[in-house]
Amino acid sequence: MNLYDIAIIGGGVVGTAIARELSRYRLTIVLFEKEAEVAFGVSKSNSGIIHPGTQNPPASLKGKLCVQGNILTRRLARELAVDFKEAGELIVAFSEEEAGRLIQLKKDAEALGVPRLKIVDKKWLRKNEPNLSGEAIAALYAPTAGIISPYRWVYDLAENAIQNGAEIRTGLEVKKILAKKPRFEIVTQKGAFGARFVINAAGLYADDVSAMSGIKNFKIKPRKGEEFLLDKKLEGLTKHLLFPLPSNISKGILVTRTSDGNPMIGPTAEDVDDKTDLSTTSEGFRKVLEGAHKLVPSINENDVIAYFAGLRPVAGEDFIIRHEDEAPGFINVAGIQSPGLTAAPAIALMVAGILRDHGLLLKKKAVFRKHRKKEYHLFAIPIAKTKKLIKKDASYGDIVCRCEMVSAKEVREAIARGATTMDGIKFRTRAQAGRCHGSFCTTRLMKILAQETGLSRLAVTKRGKGSELVKTGRVSD
Amino acid sequence: MIKRDLVIVGGGPAGLAAAISAYENGIKDILLLERDQYLGGLLNQCIHTGFGIEYFKEVLTGPEYADRFIRKIKNITSIEISLRSFVVRLEKDKTLTYLKPGGLFTVRPRALIMATGCREKTREMVHIPGTRPAGIFSAGLAQKLINIEGLLPGKEVVIIGSGDIGLIMARRFTLEGAEVKGIIEIQPTTRGLLRNVVQCVEDFGIPIYFNHKVLRIHGSDRVEKVSVAKVDEKMNEIAGTEFDIECDTVLVSVGLIPENELIEMAGVIIDKRTNSPVSTEVNKTSVPGIFVCGNSYKVYDYVDSVTVDSQLAGKMAAEYIKGLD
Repeated sequence: MNLYDIAIIGGGVVGTAIARELSRYRLTIVLFEKEAEVAFGVSKSNSGIIHPGTQNPPASLKGKLCVQGNILTRRLARELAVDFKEAGELIVAFSEEEAGRLIQLKKDAEALGVPRLKIVDKKWLRKNEPNLSGEAIAALYAPTAGIISPYRWVYDLAENAIQNGAEIRTGLEVKKILAKKPRFEIVTQKGAFGARFVINAAGLYADDVSAMSGIKNFKIKPRKGEEFLLDKKLEGLTKHLLFPLPSNISKGILVTRTSDGNPMIGPTAEDVDDKTDLSTTSEGFRKVLEGAHKLVPSINENDVIAYFAGLRPVAGEDFIIRHEDEAPGFINVAGIQSPGLTAAPAIALMVAGILRDHGLLLKKKAVFRKHRKKEYHLFAIPIAKTKKLIKKDASYGDIVCRCEMVSAKEVREAIARGATTMDGIKFRTRAQAGRCHGSFCTTRLMKILAQETGLSRLAVTKRGKGSELVKTGRVSD
Repeated sequence: MIKRDLVIVGGGPAGLAAAISAYENGIKDILLLERDQYLGGLLNQCIHTGFGIEYFKEVLTGPEYADRFIRKIKNITSIEISLRSFVVRLEKDKTLTYLKPGGLFTVRPRALIMATGCREKTREMVHIPGTRPAGIFSAGLAQKLINIEGLLPGKEVVIIGSGDIGLIMARRFTLEGAEVKGIIEIQPTTRGLLRNVVQCVEDFGIPIYFNHKVLRIHGSDRVEKVSVAKVDEKMNEIAGTEFDIECDTVLVSVGLIPENELIEMAGVIIDKRTNSPVSTEVNKTSVPGIFVCGNSYKVYDYVDSVTVDSQLAGKMAAEYIKGLD
């Protein structure tokens, strides 16, 4: 049996941020992800906003970690060469009563330490956010809000953790956790692993994983959010991320954009029972359009080019991050709903502190490779740069995905960096994410994936076993 | 920067016909850019018959139809054909930047003919709710998988929309041993050709549901079923008419859109609704010297009509160039 100091369960942003943080110490680390790739759970449907911390109760743990996380994310994004764009957010008031609530919101946020907040008036909004509804009378402006690609973020955290010695095992589902003092035995469908500490970052399934070690003090309730993406032609639709005033359960329907420039509207917030319910609905579409129209009246339903749904892992109001004394060595990191993406690097630091408090020696490695080399995306660089790249490597000139301009080189690189599925290629490179949704490039991508991994094209999947693209083929396959 | 009299973007039936016609009308300095590794465009995957009835008075398959033009163009040495050439930028003065494995090139033609074809509308464009499992294909992608790649996408198929490619694929799947469980068309009649309804659907006893729509796609990893309901005149579902069809594959065949993102970059005015160039005359655009032909001008039912209109575009471009001298 392989023995580790640390076993992390869950390869979302929380699990991979913890793995990356701990990989700076002389520890043996393993991370288990039940899906085919990291980021395929809750994280892939995240809206990608790095929140400033404006909409959290002043005494909350999530508020505190969000404000810290906003600062840490910037530094980490630089180290890992991930694009972080500071867009700023506006929480918009449409009535005197709402404008009054902005003052309290600002006070609460300042108490948490959110910097540079300002209440702006109608005139400011006209000038700085011209497509915002004329009905808006004031807004709370938080310049430190930013945008990041949630899946590329997770991939890069994972990749850097691996570079620093962490093991990431995908497609492994934890079935049982046995306490065999002084260590845990973690049983998966592919054998058992031993670990001194177990960190449960299992997202929607954190309650099930916690129960495996006898801790049943919380329940994860999925809260569904449907998001709708608009055509990239509308990239300049808004300058800031636009929010209505928050309700008790969500931040409302927002008008934001992805790190690749597509405006995005949503999400809904609906409590559901099924942890696998990722369906979008026509009611959700109506609700989101209505909410988005309130902020930006010019949004047209024909501009919607894609949509998806995600589930927030909700366990009460706040995050649960604690050592469980009844199962010594077991740490729960659960209920990480919004602003979990922002908070993740701060959560990782907090978990490191908990480990230290419980007797783990954190000794820095002599060599910690904190920087990651940036990959190039033709869609995101100027043409002169493309020219240089082609000179270096001709396959940058071999375009596979015509809508998003993705070369064969980038696809092969994505596979070399860990993509094993069609979705993995899409999230890393944007191939299939454009106007035609993969109609033109799917067959070529299947071939490259098959070639690079040595698999048959029949074994190529959208996102792991059970999602094979085709049913049968020629005998030669 | 290379200068040319005429550049044609696209080596499908439209680009081939336009290039040959421009040559026959006196233009000798022609560059044809094709992004794929072979000429013929989408015709290569259309292995069924029905092409050429009007133009050649013969019944041909898609590859046979394309081959007649490919043979002809290959004999014209002054037309340079550049394969695997992908245009990334088009400027107002018609300067084109294109990528080829190994290089990035710029060329400025005196006239430009865009023959970039069309793409299929997606499930997302018609807002079909539900999950996003494996097993959802545009009809054209399914056609490519079967006819070019030798891969069968699925065994139990539901087709959304009754566009021509969808109808043709209903027959193709049936011939490959799959079961087509139904074609769901929201309109009261087909949007495809009548001959395709008869030869591809009715002759094979495939159920076609007019005035019905797919309410939802189900399945987590792979498509499991679709929910369908009857609609009223306003396309709204009629309560109580809902039923499910179990299937492992959904094909989407809900129409085609001209591919004109490049000329939009050059400032050509595009009709937002149809994605065609706004035009006073067939093949013309709002920018003098930029012509658009074939399915990127508007979506045609028959390739024969694409050929005829593209020949006209070749002639128009030739006259335009001669007029500059």
